[in-house]
Amino acid sequence: MKQDAFSPGGGAPFEVLAKESLANSQLRRNLGKATTTIRQKRAAAVGEMPDWEELREAGRALKERVMRHLDEYLLQLEESVTRAGGKVHWARDAREANRIVASIARGHAAREVVKVKSIATDETKLNEYLEREGIRAIETDLAELIIQLSGEESSHILVPAIHKNRSEIRELFLRELDAGDLSDEPTDLTNTARLYLRKKFLEAEVGISGANFAVAETGTVSVVESEGNGRMCTTLPRVLVTVMGIEKVIPAWQDFEVFMQLLPRSSTAERMNPYTSFWTGVSEGDGPQEFHLVLLDNGRTDVLADERGRQALNCIRCSACLNVCPVYERVGGHAYNSVYPGPIGAILTPQLVGIGKKGPDSLPYASSLCGACYEVCPVKINIPEVLIELRGKVVRHKQDAGEGWRSRLDPENAAMQLMARNFSDVRLYEASQKLAKAGQWPLARGGVIQRLPGRLSGWSAVRDLKPVPRQTFREWWKKERGS
Amino acid sequence: MSGAKEEVLSRIRRSLKDVPRNERPEDVPVERGYRTESDTSREELIELFAERVSEYDATVTRVEEAELPAAIEKALRRRGVRRLVVPPDLPEGWVPKGVEVLSDADRLSNRDLDASDGVLTGCALGIAQTGTIALDAGERQGRRALTLLPDYHLCVVREDQVVGLVPEAFDRLRDAVQSEGRAITFISGPSATSDIELERVAGVHGPRTLDVLLVGRALS
Repeated sequence: MKQDAFSPGGGAPFEVLAKESLANSQLRRNLGKATTTIRQKRAAAVGEMPDWEELREAGRALKERVMRHLDEYLLQLEESVTRAGGKVHWARDAREANRIVASIARGHAAREVVKVKSIATDETKLNEYLEREGIRAIETDLAELIIQLSGEESSHILVPAIHKNRSEIRELFLRELDAGDLSDEPTDLTNTARLYLRKKFLEAEVGISGANFAVAETGTVSVVESEGNGRMCTTLPRVLVTVMGIEKVIPAWQDFEVFMQLLPRSSTAERMNPYTSFWTGVSEGDGPQEFHLVLLDNGRTDVLADERGRQALNCIRCSACLNVCPVYERVGGHAYNSVYPGPIGAILTPQLVGIGKKGPDSLPYASSLCGACYEVCPVKINIPEVLIELRGKVVRHKQDAGEGWRSRLDPENAAMQLMARNFSDVRLYEASQKLAKAGQWPLARGGVIQRLPGRLSGWSAVRDLKPVPRQTFREWWKKERGS
Repeated sequence: MSGAKEEVLSRIRRSLKDVPRNERPEDVPVERGYRTESDTSREELIELFAERVSEYDATVTRVEEAELPAAIEKALRRRGVRRLVVPPDLPEGWVPKGVEVLSDADRLSNRDLDASDGVLTGCALGIAQTGTIALDAGERQGRRALTLLPDYHLCVVREDQVVGLVPEAFDRLRDAVQSEGRAITFISGPSATSDIELERVAGVHGPRTLDVLLVGRALS
């Protein structure tokens, strides 16, 4: 299951990968346990806030303000960071961002860099790029370290190794970190990582981070975390490079009062996360003496173009939508084949890479549209609305892209068009009901149709159909009330 | 390089065709209907702060100003701290006799900090609502690495430094950031991880133990 969301082909579609995940009962147990725990904790953390709805509304409005004036805010951010002694770089795509980071690291002759969890650099595949350049990137977040050592991919925004249990992690540390005599107690496992990473922190010349927020007004960048590896990476090395998506900018210092209340409670279900670092350019004698901020586009400006889809950029990466999603809970993150899994990934990935790629095109369908994600979203992203919008786009793209006859012969397309015609004309509608009544007997079993024939069987593989009843409502009405 | 900047900006402007040209950022309404000031009494706030800090696997001890040096001595003894890191401007009376003092006045190396037993600092403020301590690299705190590498952090918080709600904290910290560009660190209990089966483990990379001394009324 190699992650491939940002390559042109887009990888295998969701429905194929989901089947693999569903067959893995260990994965389902790990996920079920984890998501149930975090859901309950989040509900309690949010429940004690009498002004939660007001905070959500303010968060949503602030993000809308930013997106509608993104160019201005980015220019203001650049000016503020520069004034504070930092240097701002602009990257059109992943390759450009990676090149910038590598050249900074090379400029300091770094063979090894320490990294704090950053989804933006997962998206650009920075680690692989650096490795090709002869620079080793050490992931320092516990879960990211587990993922890196096992050569796997993240399956959750917040808890990337959520699919692995303690004994699997013990095995991994014994093998990769040479940790003799190790139990599978999380405390023991955590301490092993602490000792291994402490050396790396003290030696590193260059640190690499993502950013949760960056303030246009002051140039302040912040990293919200739990383990202290974020503080290590942004404080100890002499050089700090932060890669952030352009949508992470917020207008003013004051706005932290909104987002620093919304984020911790939504993500780790805490009143406040253990550590948050806020730095403004370079402070003399305190922390890195060279600071670079890389502003990454990589498809974000395409997302911005869709008035409705644009709200996907409001995401503050809390992962609450993953934890409440009945689909995510069962299939896990790998089925989404993207660094952005779950409901938010289902609307973000296809927009970032563009409609018309097999894997990402399947993601808007990875939902029952139950709306739980919208309800918990701290910045009120209407995920179901965008999912429906994207489904429409995927269908229209198929119709336009299929060479004439091909798209007309697509069974789902043909069936939908036939249905549209029948539903718009009374006589056609009644005639097709009669026809269906006569024709359905070989398919209906015990009051349901479980399997459609031929090329329609894919559609019915995951859906049951009600057969047309012996007497339809229209027939009953005519008989009881006359025409 | 500037090519990238121009292109990203022009892509953004192309994508925002629907936004009227004369619309300014302030024209997009932001309703701040949430609480910005706590209406709880001072005494209740102090109690709430103590309670919430201790819910994060940190200890809180309330002391009178005059008792502070004794409380510091007791805490250090209890944690077995012999080599203590202190910021250059820490009041002399805070450090007990018999403890080896590593003052950052001499600009300690990361190795020195790593080899110490603990660090003693003040703070910028405390937030009652969330049990958070904020450091702003100001008075009695020193630079960020001091409170990061030692395995033990003893933090002195004065009662009059405690605010009620998160918005009050950001309001108070604004000046340190805006006019001086100082780094801010929020600390809510010792570091922690829940990365293995979502089971909370306290103490990963920062100081694994955090003790807070909450000091009452300043002597007049």
